[in-house]
Amino acid sequence: MDWTFLIVKLIQVIAVFAVLLTGCAYMTWLERKLVARIQSRLGPMNAGYQGLLQPVADMIKLLFKEDITPKHVDKFIYGIAPLASFIPATLSIAVVPFGDSITLFGRTYDLVISNLNVGILYVLAITSIGVYSIIMAGYSSNSKYSLLGGLRSSAQMISYEIGMGLAIVVVILLSGSLNLVDIVDKQGSFVGWYVFRNPVAFVVYFICAVAETNRSPFDLPEAESELVAGYHTEYSSMKFGMFFVAEYANMITVGAIATTLFFGGWHGPFLPPIVWFLIKVAAFQVFYIWARGTLPRLRYDQLMSFGWKVLLPIAVINVMVTAFFVL
Amino acid sequence: MLSETASLVFWVIAFVTIISAIFVVSLRNIFHSALFLVLCLFSVAGVFVLLDAEFLAGVQVLIYVGGVAILMIFAVMLTSRMTNSEVRQQNEQKALGALVAFSFLLIVTGAILKTMSVKGGFGLSPSPSVTISTPHAIGRLLLTNFVLPFELVSVLLLVALIGAVVLAKKDGD
Repeated sequence: MDWTFLIVKLIQVIAVFAVLLTGCAYMTWLERKLVARIQSRLGPMNAGYQGLLQPVADMIKLLFKEDITPKHVDKFIYGIAPLASFIPATLSIAVVPFGDSITLFGRTYDLVISNLNVGILYVLAITSIGVYSIIMAGYSSNSKYSLLGGLRSSAQMISYEIGMGLAIVVVILLSGSLNLVDIVDKQGSFVGWYVFRNPVAFVVYFICAVAETNRSPFDLPEAESELVAGYHTEYSSMKFGMFFVAEYANMITVGAIATTLFFGGWHGPFLPPIVWFLIKVAAFQVFYIWARGTLPRLRYDQLMSFGWKVLLPIAVINVMVTAFFVL
Repeated sequence: MLSETASLVFWVIAFVTIISAIFVVSLRNIFHSALFLVLCLFSVAGVFVLLDAEFLAGVQVLIYVGGVAILMIFAVMLTSRMTNSEVRQQNEQKALGALVAFSFLLIVTGAILKTMSVKGGFGLSPSPSVTISTPHAIGRLLLTNFVLPFELVSVLLLVALIGAVVLAKKDGD
């Protein structure tokens, strides 16, 4: 067994995980601050400078709240649903390359946790598992709001996954590889980014990704005004918190994958690769929150017909046109 | 042969697959059965990874775990009576079921024996070294040697789609 290799990988995993979780915590702060700014408010101000310690306070509050399990729930499934939402959300970051390869002790290491040959397929597969947590939470809570939220979510996620897959097919056609490291290398610097080579694919991908992460304007599964928060109505304490951490982790992952597939990954002038990568991912998060602060929620039938009748045909035609030009 | 760690992983995966498969057919709550089916399909993907078939593993999770099983659960959730414990969950065609299961066992055993006689080894042997990556190899084979079955399957899917539309459409629409 090669110990240096193992230790380097372990450090990578821990570092990526720490950054991801800290990112999730500070996403709550960023979201509250930005939405407050859009609505001419101040947002959190009391805990620390500009409310910077607010995530810490929130976390302590959530951990010390009483964990209530309602009597009528399906106990086992109810218990594992928050975990099932959190695990897929963190898994897909493993194949995202966040920097050039570095040399340590005479050996070269890629700055990616797992340089998988079928990286994109892995990401799609993991994304498709994410819906189970919501279905499980919706079913096991034994409440009609939760069930409706779960049903809506599963229908929404299946519909938008197809469009997302077709947008990614375009990237595979352009790069000729399923490996995310190869895809980043093929794009090279600024002009080669796939967002310029095929902007339609990027727009389709991003709309589908927003729908997949259940974010506004596609946040119907948790529509506060009609479903009293949908699938996590019956949850409390840190189990409730887990769903939110998973949602933010999903958003960060989507940002990271969009950066990799369409914005040249870690490529960029002057600054070190990791900094460029983080800047690009952060820009996506700001865009997410901006969309939430400005767009109204879609109606459910509008959402479904938009997905199947508008987005899907555009994606299919885009794939055919791209295939024609690549050949 | 697989290394020792890999065979340990294989036995764990095999155990999980079989146990969850038994739960799928024996549990009374059909929602739980569906969830165990998901676990079973997921562990099969694990076997594919062990055999260096990453592409197949990805497709297995994407299509079976992420698509087919979700549609099943969707149907279960929409028909609320299905989850009641009063619904009888017993197979009423035991003889026919046993016949199908037995013939499937025969086919699989035959396939295993045939593979073993070709390679002349017992147990799990690693796949023959492929010079190009699996997606490339599979894509090439689908469009050359197996183009007729490939096209037939797509026609079959089209027929199924049209059938679903016809069934779902109300009379007089």
